[in-house]
Amino acid sequence: MIELQNVWKSYDFGKTFAVSNMSLRVNRGELLGLIGESGCGKTSTLKMINRIEEPSSGDISVNGEDVRLQNPEQLRRNIGYVFQGIGLFPHYTVAENVCTVPQLLDWPSSAVLDRCRVVLDMVGLPAAQFADRFPSQLSGGQQQRVGVARALAAQPEVVLMDEPFGALDPITRADLQEEFKSIQRKLELTVIMVTHDMTEALLMADRIAVMRQGEVLQIGSPAELLNRPADPYVQKLMEMPKRRADRLEQILGGDVRLGAEG
Amino acid sequence: MEQLALLPEYFRGHLTLTIIALFLGVAISIPLGVWAAHSSSVKRPLLTLVSIIQTFPSVAILALVVAMLGGRIGSLPAIIALVLYCMLPIVRNTVTGLENIAEEVVTAARGIGMSPRQILTKVRIPLALPVIIAGIRTATVWTVGLATLSTLVGATSFGNYIFTGLQTRNLLSVTIGSLAAALMAVILDSLIGGLQWLVVNRNSELDMDRHKVVKAFVFSGLIAAVGLSGYSLMPDKEVDFIIGGKGFTEQYIIAGAIEEILQEAGFTTEQRVGLGSEVVFQATANNMIDVYLEYSGTVWTNLMSREDNPGRDTVMLEVGAYIAEEHGMANLAELGFQNLYALAMRREHAESLGIRSISDLKPFADGLVAGGDLEFFGRPEWVGLRDAYSIDFKEKLTFDTALMYTAIAEEQVDLIAAYTTDGRVAEFDLVILEDPLNAIPPYDGFLAVSGEAMGNRLFVESLSPLAGKISVEVMRDANRLVDVENLPVSAGVSYIREAIAK
Repeated sequence: MIELQNVWKSYDFGKTFAVSNMSLRVNRGELLGLIGESGCGKTSTLKMINRIEEPSSGDISVNGEDVRLQNPEQLRRNIGYVFQGIGLFPHYTVAENVCTVPQLLDWPSSAVLDRCRVVLDMVGLPAAQFADRFPSQLSGGQQQRVGVARALAAQPEVVLMDEPFGALDPITRADLQEEFKSIQRKLELTVIMVTHDMTEALLMADRIAVMRQGEVLQIGSPAELLNRPADPYVQKLMEMPKRRADRLEQILGGDVRLGAEG
Repeated sequence: MEQLALLPEYFRGHLTLTIIALFLGVAISIPLGVWAAHSSSVKRPLLTLVSIIQTFPSVAILALVVAMLGGRIGSLPAIIALVLYCMLPIVRNTVTGLENIAEEVVTAARGIGMSPRQILTKVRIPLALPVIIAGIRTATVWTVGLATLSTLVGATSFGNYIFTGLQTRNLLSVTIGSLAAALMAVILDSLIGGLQWLVVNRNSELDMDRHKVVKAFVFSGLIAAVGLSGYSLMPDKEVDFIIGGKGFTEQYIIAGAIEEILQEAGFTTEQRVGLGSEVVFQATANNMIDVYLEYSGTVWTNLMSREDNPGRDTVMLEVGAYIAEEHGMANLAELGFQNLYALAMRREHAESLGIRSISDLKPFADGLVAGGDLEFFGRPEWVGLRDAYSIDFKEKLTFDTALMYTAIAEEQVDLIAAYTTDGRVAEFDLVILEDPLNAIPPYDGFLAVSGEAMGNRLFVESLSPLAGKISVEVMRDANRLVDVENLPVSAGVSYIREAIAK
C-alpha cells in the first residue's frame, strides 16, 4: 500500500510547484497508472516515494510506514524500481544484475541463486540460457525483462515503474505489458506506473490518475474516466485511444483477413 | 662489451624506480581522481596543480626534490620526482572515466538502493577502469622515459648509459641506454595494455582460449616485473666508500682512478658519477658520498657567492676552510691542475687578428660570435669577465660541449669558453687567451672528502699521495684519449695512474 497526503514539491524554493497538494492511495495488489504530459509532475511523484527526491511538504507512507523515518537505501531495496533507461550494469552478467538487491540485503548465497532462477523464469528468460550473458548481448526487450527481474528479485511488495516499456518496439512492448500484468496479478504487487501512453494505462492499470501541471485532475477506474471525465483535458485524453481504434476500424473496414490478424 | 656487462645492474635500477614510482603514483592518483570527480571545488585546482607540475622541466623537479630533502640523493628523490610526474594522466583519466558513465546506470544503482559508496566501488570504478588503465599506460611510458634522468641524482638507471655516453662521446653507450629504455617502455606498455584488453573484453563472446593466453601473459609479466623490482629492493651489499663524480669525462677518469687506488688498499667501493654539481656537493656534506673531484672556483663562486679574485692560493685556502667549517668536509689533496673556463680561439684566426689575451679582444669583440656551454653565459665567471674587460660579443650562442668544439672548428663561432683541461683544445688547435686581469677565479682540482671518510686513516693515506701529481697536461691528455680518440674511460684511468706512479 502506498499513500500520499497533501504532498507538495518545489525545485525553486516555492516559486513554482512540480507537484501541488497531491493525495492518493494505492491499495495492496493494485496497479495505478499515473498519466500526463512530460513535465506534469508524474516522475517527481514517483521519485518522492523511494526518496530519490524529498517532498517539500506532505506525508508519504509505504505499507503504513512513513518513508522519511526509514533509511533511504534500505527503503529502496524493499521497493522494486523499473525505468525506461533500464540501467542494467554493463559489467555484470544477467544473473549478477538480477542478484544485486538480494545481495545488498545480505541474503544467503544459495537463496540468492534460487531466487535468481525463479525470477528469470518468471520473465521468460531461462537461467540456463541467459544467466551468464552480458547486457550487451541481449535485445532491448530481453534487457527490459532483466530489468523487471532485477526489480522483483528481492520479493518487494511495492514496485515503481517509470515509462518502463517506452523505449521498446510495439510488439515487444505489447508482450511485456501483458506478461507484467499477469505477474503483477499473481504476486499481488502494489504498483505505480508512470506513462504518457493512455492505451498502455488502459490496458494495464486498475485505476488511472491523470495529472496536469502538478495537480491530479481525476483518479478512477478506466470506465469511470471514460464515462464521467471530470475535466475537458481528461475527456480529450480518454477520447484519443478510442478515436484511433475507430479510425483503424474504418481503414480496415470489412477486410476480414486483416481484421482477424489485428 | 664492457658496456653490456653493466646491463643487469642498470636494468634492475631502472625497473625498480619505474615500478615503485608507478605503484605509488597509482595509489595516490586514483583516490585523488575519485575525490575530484565528486567535488568540483577540488577538481579544478587539483587538475591545474598536476598539470603545472607537468610543465616544470623534469631536471628542475629532480633538483628541487633533492633540495627539499636536504641534499639527499639516490632513489628517494628520483622516485618522488617520478611520482609527481606520473600523476597527471592517472588523475585526469580517473576523473574522465568516472564522469563519463551513463547517467541511467547510476540512476539505476541509486534506485535499487546502493549507497553512494557502493555505487562508487561496485559500479562507477569498475566501469571507469578501462579509461583509468589507459591513463596508467600513458604514465608508464612517461615514467620509463623520465627514469633515465634519475642518474643525475645518483639513482642507477639506463640513464647511466646515456649520460656517460653523451659526455664521453660514446654513441654506442647512448644507443644501448636509449634502446633499453625504449624496450622496457614497450614491454610494460603492452603488459598494461593486455590488462586493459582483459577488462574491456570481459563481456564479449571471444573464444576463452585467447582470453586465457592474454591473462597468462599479462599476469606472469606483471608478477615478473614486480618480483624483479622487489628483489632489487633488497639492500645492496654495504661498501666501504662511495666515490662521487659530476657528469663529464675528467670526473669519470678521476673517479675511476680513486676507485682503483682504494680497492688496491683493500676497500670495497662503489661509483656514483654523472651527478649534478650541487647534488654531489650536498651528498658529500651529508656523508652519502665519501670523495669526489671538486674545483676551488666552483665552491668559491657558487657556494660562497664570492666575486673577487684574491689569487689561486688564497682562494684554495679559503675554500678549504669554508667546506670544513660550514659542511664538515675536507680538502684532502690538490691534484695539481686547474680546470678553468677560458676563452679560446682558432690559432690562425687569433694570430691574424694579433690577439693573445682577452684585453686584445676589445676592438674586435663587437663583431665576434662567441659560443659557450649551456651554463657559461649565465655564470658569474662570464659576468666578471665582461665587466673586468668591458667587452661583449655580437652574438652569444650556447651548445652542448661536444657541439661547441665542432662549431669553432667549422668557423660557425669565432671563440668559445673552453675548459683548460679539455683534450679538444689541442686537438682542434685552439689557443687559450690569457687573462691578465685575473677576472676568472682559479679552478684548482682537489679531492673533496666527507667528514666520515676523513676519519679513516688508511683511506687518507691511500689518497693523499695524489697531491700535486696531475698536471694540466696530464689531465688534458687523459681527457683527449676519451673525448677525441674515443677510447673507454678505463684508458684515461690507466694513463693517469701511470703519470702518478712516475
